[in-house]
Amino acid sequence: MEIGKNKKTHIKNMRYEDFKDNEYLEKYVEELRQGGVPVALGKLSDIINWGRSNSVWPLTFATSCCGIEFMCVGGAHYDFARFGWEVYRNSPRQADVIFVFGTIVHKMAPVLKRLYDQMAEPKYVVAVGSCAISGGPFKNSYHVAQGVDQIIPVDVYVPGCPPRPDAILYGMMQLERKIKVQNFFKLPQQPEVKESVTPVENEAQYEAKTDK
Amino acid sequence: MKQKLTNRFGWINENNIVENDGRLTVTVAPDKLTEVAAFLKECGYDFLVDMVGMDYGDSLGVIDYVARGADTSDLIALKTSVPDREHPLIPTVSGVWRVAQIYEREVHDYFGIRFIGNNDMRRLFLRESWKGYPLRKDYDADPNINPLPLENEPIADMDTIPVYGIDADGKETVTYRPMYGDDDYVVNIGPQHPATHGVLHLRVALDGEIVRSVDPHFGYIHRGIEKMCEGYTYPQILHLTDRLDYLSGIMNRHAFCLCCEKALQMDVPERAVVIRTIFDELTRIASHLIGWGSICNDMGAITAFMYGLRDREKIMDIFEETAGGRLMAAYDVIGGVASDLHPNFRRRVKEFIPYMRKMLHEHHLLFSANPIATGRMKGVGHLSLEQAIALGITGPSGRASGWKNDLRKAEPYAAYGKVDFDEVLRQDGMTFDRYIIRLDEIEQSLRIIEQLIDNIPEGPYAEKVKGVIKLPEGDFFQRVENARGQFGVHITSRGDKTPYRVKFRSPSMVLVEALKDVAPGGKVADLIMLGGSFDYVIPCIDR
Repeated sequence: MEIGKNKKTHIKNMRYEDFKDNEYLEKYVEELRQGGVPVALGKLSDIINWGRSNSVWPLTFATSCCGIEFMCVGGAHYDFARFGWEVYRNSPRQADVIFVFGTIVHKMAPVLKRLYDQMAEPKYVVAVGSCAISGGPFKNSYHVAQGVDQIIPVDVYVPGCPPRPDAILYGMMQLERKIKVQNFFKLPQQPEVKESVTPVENEAQYEAKTDK
Repeated sequence: MKQKLTNRFGWINENNIVENDGRLTVTVAPDKLTEVAAFLKECGYDFLVDMVGMDYGDSLGVIDYVARGADTSDLIALKTSVPDREHPLIPTVSGVWRVAQIYEREVHDYFGIRFIGNNDMRRLFLRESWKGYPLRKDYDADPNINPLPLENEPIADMDTIPVYGIDADGKETVTYRPMYGDDDYVVNIGPQHPATHGVLHLRVALDGEIVRSVDPHFGYIHRGIEKMCEGYTYPQILHLTDRLDYLSGIMNRHAFCLCCEKALQMDVPERAVVIRTIFDELTRIASHLIGWGSICNDMGAITAFMYGLRDREKIMDIFEETAGGRLMAAYDVIGGVASDLHPNFRRRVKEFIPYMRKMLHEHHLLFSANPIATGRMKGVGHLSLEQAIALGITGPSGRASGWKNDLRKAEPYAAYGKVDFDEVLRQDGMTFDRYIIRLDEIEQSLRIIEQLIDNIPEGPYAEKVKGVIKLPEGDFFQRVENARGQFGVHITSRGDKTPYRVKFRSPSMVLVEALKDVAPGGKVADLIMLGGSFDYVIPCIDR
C-alpha cells in the first residue's frame, strides 16, 4: 500500500518525503479508496489521471501583485512548462485550473464566481498569496473579501506576499499530486469525499496536531 | 504668483494665502473656486496634478494641486470646503482642467461631494449600490451593511449617468442621461481579459471594427488602501505603498519616505540617498522591461515578453541579495534604507550594465526595426501635447508627446541633481514613440547607475528613527518620477502617530482616461496596442 501510494503521487526530481502535508494526501487517498476500486477501472483512471496531471492548463487570471510572479513562473527562468502547465488559457472554458493571484474585492467577487462557473469540470482552484487566502495585508479593508474560499472552493493554498516563483511551483506540484490520486470514474458505492478545506478547518486541524 | 493673485482678487489677503516650504496654499470659498482656477490657468498653471478629497470633521472639502504645465514644477494648492454634510455641493473645475472630471468622480465616490456642472457623476470605484462614503470619518464599516456578493450576477447598470445641478432656489437637482443610444453596439473588454493588463473593464462602443467611444470602469481591485492608512502608523503604511504600483514599488515607497522626511525635516545619510537612487533606477529598468514585453505581447510577440522577463530576473536577483525580497523589496524606510548593501551588490550591478546594453541592442534589432511591429505601431494612437498636458499624462507616455515633465530634472530629489543624464523626449506622440521611449529610458537609467555605483559614499545607511513617528501638523505633498509618471503622496497630519488623511496620486489613472480621447476612430486592435503602450498598472489606479 505504501509503495503504491508513493508511486502514484511521484513527481519527477522531488522525493515523496520532501513534500509537506503528506498526511493530508494519505487521508484523502484513504477516503477515496473506501468502498474499493475495481482493477480495470482503477488502472484506466490512473492512466487518465497521469495525462490530466501533466497537462493542467491555467486560466490567465491575475488581479494584482502576485500576477507578476505568475508571469515570472511562466518566464524562461522558472518555466512551469517543465511540468506540463504550459498553456495559459484566456478563456475559462478551456482552462482546468484557476489560479487566484491577488486580492478579490467586493466588485470582483461576482466576476470570479462567474469565471469559475464557466469552467468545465473537473476544475481546480489554487489560492495564491495572502490576499487570496485571507485578505492578507488588506484584511481590515472595507472592500476586500476575507479569502477567496468564501466564494469558490479552494484545492491548494500557496502562502506568501507575494509567494516566490518556487513556492508557486510547489503549490502546482501539490495540485498535481492531488489530481493523480483522484477517481476519475466515480462508482455509486464510493462515498462522497470532501474536496476542499477552509482555512478555519485547517487551523483547527493544525492546533489539534500541535496540542498532541 | 502670490502678488499676482492678491492683485487680481481683492478678497485674497494674508488669511487665505500661505506660503509654506515654497508652496502656495490658497483657501477659497466654493463659489470663487472656478474664477481662481481660470485665472491660474491663464497664468500657465495648466497641469492639475491631483485632487484630494478631505473630511475635516465639521466640513467636507477638496484640495487641488496645480502646477505649471511648462515644467511641471511650482505647486499651488487650492483649498475649498463646504460645511453641509448632507448636500455638499462644490462647483466643478473640469471646465478649466479637463482631467478634473475623473478626479471629481473619485472624490464623489469617497466623500459624496457633488460637483455642480460635472457631466458624469457616477461612482468611480465602488458599486453603484454601495451604501455610504467610505473615506468619511463617520463611515460605518459594518460588513452587514455592504455584504460580499457571493453569486454570479449580471453586470449592473453602468450606463446611466447622473449629473448634479442647482435650481433657482439653490437646491440640489439630479438629472440622469443614458450613456449609449439604442443603435450603439457595446462590447465589454474585461474585467478578465489578458490585454487589459489587470482587472480593467472597458465598455467599447463599436462601429464595425472602428471604436466609437471607450468608457473605462475601475474598482475591480479597489482595496481601500487610503482608508487603511488612516489606521496605521507611518512605518506600517510603507508596506502598503509597495503594493500600489507593484512594478515600481520601490519608487512609491521612496515617495512616501521623502514625504515623511520632509515633514520631519530630517536629513538622510548621503549613503542612503545614493543607494535609493540606484534602486529606483534598477526598478525603472525592470518595470520598462515588463512594459516593453507586454506591448510586444499585445502584438502577439511572446518572445519579447520572455526576453523581458529573462533580463528582469537579473535585477530581481540583485534585489533579493540585498533587500531579501524580489517583487516587494521593502527596502526604503523612513530615514534611510532597511539594511546595508550586500558585498556582492557592486559587482553584480557592474556585471548587469554591460549585459543589459547588449540585450538592449538585441531588442532593438529584433523588434524596433521589425516591419510588422513598426507597421502596427507607427501612425496610430496619436496623443497631442495639448491633450497630454490637459489630461496630466506624465512619464514616458507624456514625454513621447513632447512634454517635458521629468521630475528628476524639474525638481531633483535624491541624487538626481548630481548625475548627468538626458530627459528623453519625442515629438510625435504615436504608439511607436511610447514604445521606443521606454527602451531609450533604460539606457539613461543605466547611465545614472553607472555614475553612482562607484561613488556610493561610506557612512551609516540609515538615520536612527523611533518606532512611533509623529509628523507635525499640516499638509505635505511629495512627488517622485516612477516608471509610469509622477507618483504623488499627500499626507494630512494632525500630530498623531497615524495620519489624518493619505492620498496617492496614481500616474496610471490618467493613462486609462486618455483612452477615451485617443482610441475613438481607431481599430479594436489599435486599442489593445494603446493599452500596451500606455503601460498602466490597474492596482495603482484603484488603490
